[in-house]
Amino acid sequence: MTMRRDDCIRALARHRGDAIVVATYQAAFDLMRIDPHPLNYLSVGAMGQASSHALGLALGRPDMRVVVLDGDGSLLMNLGSLVTIAGAAPGNLVHFVCENGCYEANGSHPLPGGDQVDFAGLARAAGIGDVSVFDALDAFEAALPGLLTRPGPVFATLKVVPGDPSPQEYEVIHGAETRRRFKEALRTAASR
Amino acid sequence: MNATTAAAYPGPRGADIIAALKAARVEFVAAVPDIVTSDGLLWPISRDPALRLIRLCKEDEGVSICTGLAFCGRRAVLMMQQTGLMDSLNAIRAIAVEYQQPVCMLVGLQGKEADRAASASGKYGVRIIEPVLDAMAIDHITLDSPADVAALGPAIARAYDRSRPVVALIGRAVVR
Repeated sequence: MTMRRDDCIRALARHRGDAIVVATYQAAFDLMRIDPHPLNYLSVGAMGQASSHALGLALGRPDMRVVVLDGDGSLLMNLGSLVTIAGAAPGNLVHFVCENGCYEANGSHPLPGGDQVDFAGLARAAGIGDVSVFDALDAFEAALPGLLTRPGPVFATLKVVPGDPSPQEYEVIHGAETRRRFKEALRTAASR
Repeated sequence: MNATTAAAYPGPRGADIIAALKAARVEFVAAVPDIVTSDGLLWPISRDPALRLIRLCKEDEGVSICTGLAFCGRRAVLMMQQTGLMDSLNAIRAIAVEYQQPVCMLVGLQGKEADRAASASGKYGVRIIEPVLDAMAIDHITLDSPADVAALGPAIARAYDRSRPVVALIGRAVVR
């Protein structure tokens, strides 16, 4: 079984509350379309860096939940971040990897290793204790309240297919206005 | 470096660098160990309760971690060797330079001769660092001697005031 990524993001949107959501590539484009929340962090800059941005945000704002929507190809480019996150042990970080088995933003070429990579196993081996895998939307949505509130770091693999296409608005995710709006939203969140 | 050279060309003091970081309101240090700064700076930082050390697997993680912290209004520095700087250039290009983020980096120049400027080093891997930073229009300072540390606080302040990256190149072994 697999889930549509856009359905997963709709489910997350229903449960995120005031969480910061860091998203990369196709997940970022889907998030912009489905849930244009002011606390979306879209400016990851370089492939693989989403989880590291999220760690910085989680350490900087321990009063807020930080969720990262990573890609499988992206995480492979920064696998060490799993170990760094386990070492820093931020209790407020939730790391989702959207596993579709390919580099979707770059022509949908398959990942090295094909479908043999076990991301949940990698997370466990890195030292992250709260690890799960979801391939059914109802189970994922039922688990979301717990995933978003349990002490972290939390890691979950989401077995996904794309869903409806979202515009690839690179100029938006890389734009200064996107970062300015996020910074202002985070500052406002500080005064709550 | 032998004892005679070390005496003639003393490196910066770790205690002075740590004091400068604290005076600049730095709370977090993200680091991959580097032999130039290991004994005199990174080990003392690891024992300092006023600084949160984030041990990294790879240097480019630190570019993003420092950026995430900066969005939260928290100050950080990234410590690494020049090899890690070179390995992180794409993240620095995109996140620190193009996104205009105050990523502050302390970079040990492993292999640099104590009696020469980096630009005059006989080591290719050292000699190219400043020209690479210049090509990327990245602000940089040199911390070779104890007196050079006076420039660190203003450099960090400049980075946060302008929201731009800065690199401090440490060209001699940091002493305790």
